[in-house]
Amino acid sequence: MNELPLLSALVAVPLIGAVIVASIRRENADAARWTALGVSGAVALLTALVALGFDYSAGAPWLQFTESYTWIDAWDLNLSWGIDGIALLLVILTAGLTPIAMLAAWRDLDSVKRSVPAFFALILALEAAMLATFLASNVLLFYFFFEAMLVPMYFLIGSYGTGQKKQYAAVKFFLYNLLGGLLMLVAVIALWVDNGGVFDWQTLVDADPMAAGTLQNWLFLGFFLAFAIKAPFFPFHTWLPDAGGAAPAAAAALLVGVMDKIGTFAILRYCIPLFPDATKTFAPWVIGMSVIGVLYAAFVAIGQTDLKRLVAYTSIAHFGFIGIGIFAFTQEAATGAVLYMFNHGLATGLLFMVVGFLTIRRGSAQIADYGGAAKTLPLLAGIFLFAGLASLSLPGTAPFISEFLVLLGAFNGTFGGNEPVAVLATLGIILAAAYVIWMYQRTMQGTRNPVLDEMPGMKRDLTVREKALVAPLVIAILVFGFYPQPLIDAAQPAVDNTLLFISGSTEDLPAAEGVTNE
Amino acid sequence: MNEAQQAGLQIDWAGLAPMVIVFVAAFGGLLVEATVPKGRRLVVQVSLAVLALAAAFVAVVLNSDKHGTAFSIEGVGIGSVVLDGPGLFLQGTLAILSIIAVLLLAERRTTRGGDFVAEAAVVADSAADKAQRREDGATEIFPLTLFAVGGMMMFVTAGDLLTMFVALEMLSLPLYLLCGLAKRRRLISQEAALKYFLLGAFASAFYVYGMAMLFGFAGTVDLAGINQAGVDSGQPRLFLYIGVAMIAVAMLFKAAAVPFHMWTPDVYTGAPTPVTALMAACVKVAAFGGLLRVFNVGLASSAWDWHLILTVIAVATMLGGAIFAVTQRNIKRLLAYSSIANAGYLLIGVIALGEAVGQTMFYLAAYGFTVIAAFAVVSLVRDGDEEATHLARWAGLGKKSPGTAVVVTILMLALAGLPFTSGFTAKFSLFAAALQADELGLVIVGVVSSAILAFPYLKVVVLLWLNEPAPDAPTVNLPSPMAGTVVAAGVAATILLGIVPGFLLDLVDQASTFLNT
Repeated sequence: MNELPLLSALVAVPLIGAVIVASIRRENADAARWTALGVSGAVALLTALVALGFDYSAGAPWLQFTESYTWIDAWDLNLSWGIDGIALLLVILTAGLTPIAMLAAWRDLDSVKRSVPAFFALILALEAAMLATFLASNVLLFYFFFEAMLVPMYFLIGSYGTGQKKQYAAVKFFLYNLLGGLLMLVAVIALWVDNGGVFDWQTLVDADPMAAGTLQNWLFLGFFLAFAIKAPFFPFHTWLPDAGGAAPAAAAALLVGVMDKIGTFAILRYCIPLFPDATKTFAPWVIGMSVIGVLYAAFVAIGQTDLKRLVAYTSIAHFGFIGIGIFAFTQEAATGAVLYMFNHGLATGLLFMVVGFLTIRRGSAQIADYGGAAKTLPLLAGIFLFAGLASLSLPGTAPFISEFLVLLGAFNGTFGGNEPVAVLATLGIILAAAYVIWMYQRTMQGTRNPVLDEMPGMKRDLTVREKALVAPLVIAILVFGFYPQPLIDAAQPAVDNTLLFISGSTEDLPAAEGVTNE
Repeated sequence: MNEAQQAGLQIDWAGLAPMVIVFVAAFGGLLVEATVPKGRRLVVQVSLAVLALAAAFVAVVLNSDKHGTAFSIEGVGIGSVVLDGPGLFLQGTLAILSIIAVLLLAERRTTRGGDFVAEAAVVADSAADKAQRREDGATEIFPLTLFAVGGMMMFVTAGDLLTMFVALEMLSLPLYLLCGLAKRRRLISQEAALKYFLLGAFASAFYVYGMAMLFGFAGTVDLAGINQAGVDSGQPRLFLYIGVAMIAVAMLFKAAAVPFHMWTPDVYTGAPTPVTALMAACVKVAAFGGLLRVFNVGLASSAWDWHLILTVIAVATMLGGAIFAVTQRNIKRLLAYSSIANAGYLLIGVIALGEAVGQTMFYLAAYGFTVIAAFAVVSLVRDGDEEATHLARWAGLGKKSPGTAVVVTILMLALAGLPFTSGFTAKFSLFAAALQADELGLVIVGVVSSAILAFPYLKVVVLLWLNEPAPDAPTVNLPSPMAGTVVAAGVAATILLGIVPGFLLDLVDQASTFLNT
């Protein structure tokens, strides 16, 4: 269908870029910055090409732009790439957030004695691994990058993070995710053994669904646990506040904005089509976990004293909503969940950036160290409030649409007694208002903390660079808040295809696209 | 026609060539010690050893399509030396790994005169001992190594218990001696040698006793015969149980499985690091080669009898090695416990029998390269004259010697089994084979153990990159081309087997059938 190997390029460009940037000498920090930014710009350009060439119609093949190159034949491990609407949205999010995160961290490293080229190389490597997980259409290939991405993020947190606990946070992040990944590995291998040595996603989906039963339940749990840790869902969330609190703001934006979406994306891409019966079996449990997550994380967020940890907890609450949306098994809810992933990336990404601006000025992320900061930083405070309101899904901002769809779909759902779920989850919105408004009030309003007047940074409002990088996010949040149709159009066909597995009518799936480049 | 041929004994000399070459070179090495002037011995010995091992490797490759016995009487094979896929593959692996190990033994730049003394038995710290430490190291280590490697090659191709015993002694005795030759920390080195020797002697005694039991049960020491007897022998089955248990104890001792692992941390720490590398890579290959053959060829028919106990041992080994590794503060002890845990993973391959032979061999090769490189790096990081093995001393190495730190990071990630390293490919294929053999429980334990074990590896990486270096931090000595080659080869193999393992996977697949199974 398409002649250019665009998806391979999407993975290869940042990967090669990472190697090039890593080889730049430490003294040439500016060269490293601009090269890295250029590479991520090229990725954004490639993403735009994919988005323009993508077929958004309902009967289009599920995976598009497919490519496949033989790698390790003995395992059916091929470099197979393909993209659907859900992945497209997340790829756009990744390609958009990465250059913004780079710009956000542009000068942050000047004050610390850490290598600048290594930092940007790690960000590019992370981008490559994240894109690869969205684009892989081979289960083992997905697993490779799912695990490999831990390494750059581990160094970003442990080496470039802030605070006393950064090493602890990095190790906890790594081990928690590695454990999930290794349990998934058992399930991956068992799946492979059970189906006679197939890892190709399209082949697995086209084949007769797996027989319902114990094996399918265990395989589901193996996959799901890894994804639930990555997302993270309550009660597997404890690594996120530590990691999000310790990571430098740019990396935290990528961690919470994009990397965590891999968990929820993979539930849609792998758990539901491969193990539909088990998904239905466990749906009430997952929804229960999600509702608890929404309420619990919101309460804990209210009690936080550290801005970055607070934002991390709000994300856990939001992942609860996504969980409810996916496992309600209605078209509205699932579409809402996909939109939620995208919009949450925008809103939380923005929130982390603004918190990053604040902490680099004040040298602290403790809420108590602020107070009345809006007086000298009116614009920053305004953006902070905007990001907070977007994060609590104020109507007119993009997250509102997704949250509304999720709750609507959950309420209308016919599976698992969903009215109480929708009602309980709605309580989460009220709590969200509490933590956002209170956070804003304690930092920006109220009595001015006299210490702030002694800090030169606290008198400097947003610089041109900072304005330039929050502007696209603010605009996107507003545009998609009023006109979400493009997002819905992109997500809908893939969501419908996925839900066919729940209703058991997989014969209605569109025909697969012929694979280019054998 | 000479007498032997008249009696109908045919010998496949080409098949025996790898071992013959190594043993002849070992004796040649002894002659070199006696004849060549001291100044030139090192060069001659190293070239002799490397050439012999390379020639042995070539001979193995030339034998690669053999599937039979080296000795036969009137066309009927007698099983003392068996040339089959696994045996030849492991011989080849041993040849390659021991070439690398010999290069590491020959490293002389990091410490003046090398890491070895001439006499192991001199009282530690006596005047004579201090004198010999000032001299150049002994070059007898090379013929000793060749004898050990020859023994290992024989061990993996031995088709009956008696030949296997001879090979076991042949590979063990030189190693006992090599362990005691460390130039620094003489007392610990001597302790290691003595401990290894005493426990090894016990293990050998167990082996002989077990062999007697099995002979009583089967009426033969031939592995295929024992297997047949497992089906139709009229003797009490108790003999079989005792025999299997005794033999297993001896071999699991060499393989360092829990609860026969106690010697491993002490010996790995006390022995000169190049010898530790040789043990961790080559002895492991030999021990598991032997275990694979004994259990696949000799005891497959009685699998029901030993399956449970071996499973228990595998679980204990995986968890024990991983948990004890977490608390280690010395890099050599950490690697020792990691080697124990890896023995546990390899035991899964043994328990899974026929379906996992190839994958177990792949694991052995992949692990061997990684661990040799790891010990090579350990021998480069030094406090003055001594190796800085205490982990705290490695803090901040990434700042002062980023190259070394990158190498260590790659090796640690490989040992932790991250994708794109040989550690992942090896674990993946081994666990996949085990699942095909319905060993789900063992695989889950293996995965949990890997997760635990990731912590100590990660601790090393944290120390390297995230901690500030101490003011008197150890230096990384620039290696001579010898140790440099070792590290480069190990790291290259670790990455290549992670990214393009296809050729080796195909090779072990073809070479996974034992004769007589």
